[in-house]
Amino acid sequence: MTGRIHSFQSLGTVDGPGVRCVIFMQGCPLRCACCHNPDTWDFSGGKEIDTTQLVAKVLRFRQYFGKNGGVTVSGGEPLMQADFVAQLFKELKENGINTSLDTSGCVLNSSVRKLLDYTDIVLLDHKFSDEKSYFTYTHSHLSDAEAFLSELDKRGIRTWLRRVIIPGINDDEESIIKLRETAKAFPCVEKTELLPFRKLCIEKYEALDIPFPLADVPEAGKGTMDRLNTILNGAK
Amino acid sequence: MDFEQWNGFLGVEWRESINVRDFIDKNYTPYEGDGSFLSGATERTKRVLEKFESLKAVEQEHGGVLSIDTTTVSSLCNYAPGYISDEDIIVGLQTDEPLKRGVNPFGGIRMARSACEAYGYKLSDKIEEYFTYRTTHNDGVFRVYTDEMKSARHCALLTGLPDAYGRGRIIGDYRRIALYGIDTLINEKQKDKACIGENYMSADNVRLLEELYQQIDFLKKLKEMAKSYGCDISKPASNAYEAIQWTYFGYLAANKEQNGAAMSFGRTSTFFDIYIERDIKNGTLTEEAAQELIDDLVLKLRCARHLRTPEYNELFGGDPMWITESIGGMNLNHKTLGTKSSFRILNTLYNLGPAPEPNLTVLWSHALPENFKKFCAKVSCDTDAIQYENDDLMRPRFGDDYAIACCVSAMKVGKQMQFFGARTNLAKLLLLSINGGIDNMFGTRIGPQMEPIKTDILDYTEVMKRFDTYLKWLCRLYVNTMNCIHYMHDKYAYEKTQMGLHDTDVERLMAFGVAGLSVITDSLSAIKYAKVKPVYDENGIIVDFETHGDFPKYGNDDDRADEIAQDILVKVHNELKKTPAYRGATHTLSALTITSNVVYGKKTGATPDGRKKGEPFAPGANPMHGREHNGALASLNSVSKLPYSSASDGISNTFSIIPDALGKTEDERVDNLVSILDGYFLNDAHHINVNVMNRETLLDAYDHPEKYPNLTIRVSGYAVNFVKLSKEQQREVIMRTFHTTV
Repeated sequence: MTGRIHSFQSLGTVDGPGVRCVIFMQGCPLRCACCHNPDTWDFSGGKEIDTTQLVAKVLRFRQYFGKNGGVTVSGGEPLMQADFVAQLFKELKENGINTSLDTSGCVLNSSVRKLLDYTDIVLLDHKFSDEKSYFTYTHSHLSDAEAFLSELDKRGIRTWLRRVIIPGINDDEESIIKLRETAKAFPCVEKTELLPFRKLCIEKYEALDIPFPLADVPEAGKGTMDRLNTILNGAK
Repeated sequence: MDFEQWNGFLGVEWRESINVRDFIDKNYTPYEGDGSFLSGATERTKRVLEKFESLKAVEQEHGGVLSIDTTTVSSLCNYAPGYISDEDIIVGLQTDEPLKRGVNPFGGIRMARSACEAYGYKLSDKIEEYFTYRTTHNDGVFRVYTDEMKSARHCALLTGLPDAYGRGRIIGDYRRIALYGIDTLINEKQKDKACIGENYMSADNVRLLEELYQQIDFLKKLKEMAKSYGCDISKPASNAYEAIQWTYFGYLAANKEQNGAAMSFGRTSTFFDIYIERDIKNGTLTEEAAQELIDDLVLKLRCARHLRTPEYNELFGGDPMWITESIGGMNLNHKTLGTKSSFRILNTLYNLGPAPEPNLTVLWSHALPENFKKFCAKVSCDTDAIQYENDDLMRPRFGDDYAIACCVSAMKVGKQMQFFGARTNLAKLLLLSINGGIDNMFGTRIGPQMEPIKTDILDYTEVMKRFDTYLKWLCRLYVNTMNCIHYMHDKYAYEKTQMGLHDTDVERLMAFGVAGLSVITDSLSAIKYAKVKPVYDENGIIVDFETHGDFPKYGNDDDRADEIAQDILVKVHNELKKTPAYRGATHTLSALTITSNVVYGKKTGATPDGRKKGEPFAPGANPMHGREHNGALASLNSVSKLPYSSASDGISNTFSIIPDALGKTEDERVDNLVSILDGYFLNDAHHINVNVMNRETLLDAYDHPEKYPNLTIRVSGYAVNFVKLSKEQQREVIMRTFHTTV
């Protein structure tokens, strides 16, 4: 089976546990204001590759995975090519490779359900804690993400919640407390990560001639992150 | 043999003949715990360190040389004893004062003279006169060099040859002095000499007899040198302090005798550990005192200096000594050779601060205890001062008592020696072959003469056919040149002290090297997979290339490119083997450039891979920077495919990664680095330097060197003080790939 990927990175250590290969899928229906991969939006971009090729590529790196590492599929939005990713994960599982899915959780259909059958860990991008901001800054729905989270919980799939902290937009105490409550409500969540908003992607936007909506927003500093992490860890 | 100093030690073989390996095997205590037992620096250590640091600062202010004794020729007994302070525990300096440099003209008087002049000194008339009556190694070599050898050297096809300086890369088994005492070693050598004397007096045997005479003579001098420091080393060491001190005396003597390019220390920490364990059990030593002994040894090693010219220092980035100490590894029974003292010697990087010397080298095995692996990874993350080599790859060839000479070269300690051979520039050879035997940078005509290739687009088959012709010619020339050099080095600058600490029946390796491996690989790949149009100057010589289309590049785990690199190493090694090496030496090969990749690049014209004229090469076996598009592991995979069987002198890879790309927390970074090292070495890779740092740090150090006096980075088989690199080398290091987050 073939799918469209944006790129393959052999070393990832920040998207899931241990040393991981990261596969970036091409195409995303969301338009998150803080997106740092605008080059993965276009469904017709990227390059076509089949699962056999991709598995062979991953296997060249299996010696590095150690006890915890494996493969993370990110994007783009991997759920938009769920059949492909499901086949990929199935083949990886047959080779004993740990699979991790980095997603917004925007879709839950039969293909996605099948994909989850072969998924060890989900990194769920829980972008905002209220529906209004969620829609404003992503053009998608919080309710979809939460439905997805319920499904993960039902299946007992190891889940990491992740949120990009954007100064002045979601760096308030209240939204972190809400995130903390969400994490608490779903036992499948084993970790919650706050990621600082960065503007390294600005060159990509310029190259694509797309305006960067958060061009005037400052990056999230260490002080902000420390403060919010303290709140986040307060109850857990 | 039996000595009271051996009380409590087990085993038989090592008592019957010189066999340090067997002594270690029967007596060491493997350690699988973590580093929590370690002690910090004592107040005494801190005081001596402070004194050393202040001397180093003055040395730096004086342009890198504190002072020179221009009236004495360096040797074992030519200086009064020297000390850093009256609190020294391990004693012995090369001259009578710390950081004062001696003069050693045996390699070549010109080098010694110009080094003195460069720092505002004048070599004394006494020495100048003495050496008008003496042949140096350099004199000898130039008496026999052919015109062709001189040309190859002039146009930098063969570079860095040890024809004007000590070849180094020989490691005496300094531990033998501690285990047996010098009298036993002298006695054994006398027996060997008598034995050789029974044979037919062939030229080889006569030479060996004279060498044995010299070895014995210098072992006696070594004893005298130790005596001047108040130590009687005739008998074995009786405790940990003596074991370390006796061993160090051996190294010190070698350094006084030889200004060798690389003067490595060996594999000593587990040997010392046996004595330390015995003393701790006896209640005569505490952990704090044991660490203090190791700290003081390392401080003495950091005092080692040779007098070299500024050009030499520019080539190698400061004045490295390659005091390589090998740590860890497994033994032949699959037990770790790591001991508490393996931790103690790494701990010196915390107690004394990070520094390039000694060049601490971890012999990595997948089977090493997790605790030790993690400790090493933590030291890498904290100090950027250590390197790793694959014990699982080397142990089957070299056994479990080998050590690393210089940067990456394994040798059985006391049983193998090597003839160091610098390297040949493969990128230049490719250009020479397509130009039909004219060097486009120097205008030198050399090698088989033919017309430059005259096609619109370079044809891979035609280029390879030519390259093979020139490679055949070059390899013969290279071996012959080395044979001249080492014949003369043996004749006029023989390493008496170091060879006295080897078996008499020693195995010899001749270590050849290649530079520009990634440049020639990508260039051939461009010719094969893209369209490369040669650009001619007015004389019809190819001086540049226009390359159209994409091509696979080394460093991306793409077999199409990586196989070219593999084939080249195999080919070069096979060609070298066709010409016999001096004294029956085994031909070995390395992909290692040290920091001279900058200078090699400077002397090489534009190449078909898109590298412009004069631009630096990538160091060692590294992929060219900016060409790795599949992330760090893909780059590591490409390097790991290079066949160690064809390059058993070492395949050097320098890996720089920003902390954020290695993980979010310190624990994650340590765990991930362990996984990466495990994976890389499971793939049969040979060597890696690890730097965990941000490019911004280097940029800041480039602009404000005064803020970073001790910033240590791994460059190519060794570490340097970043601020001691030339500005050009600093820029090159900054340009190198830093693997970042995606």
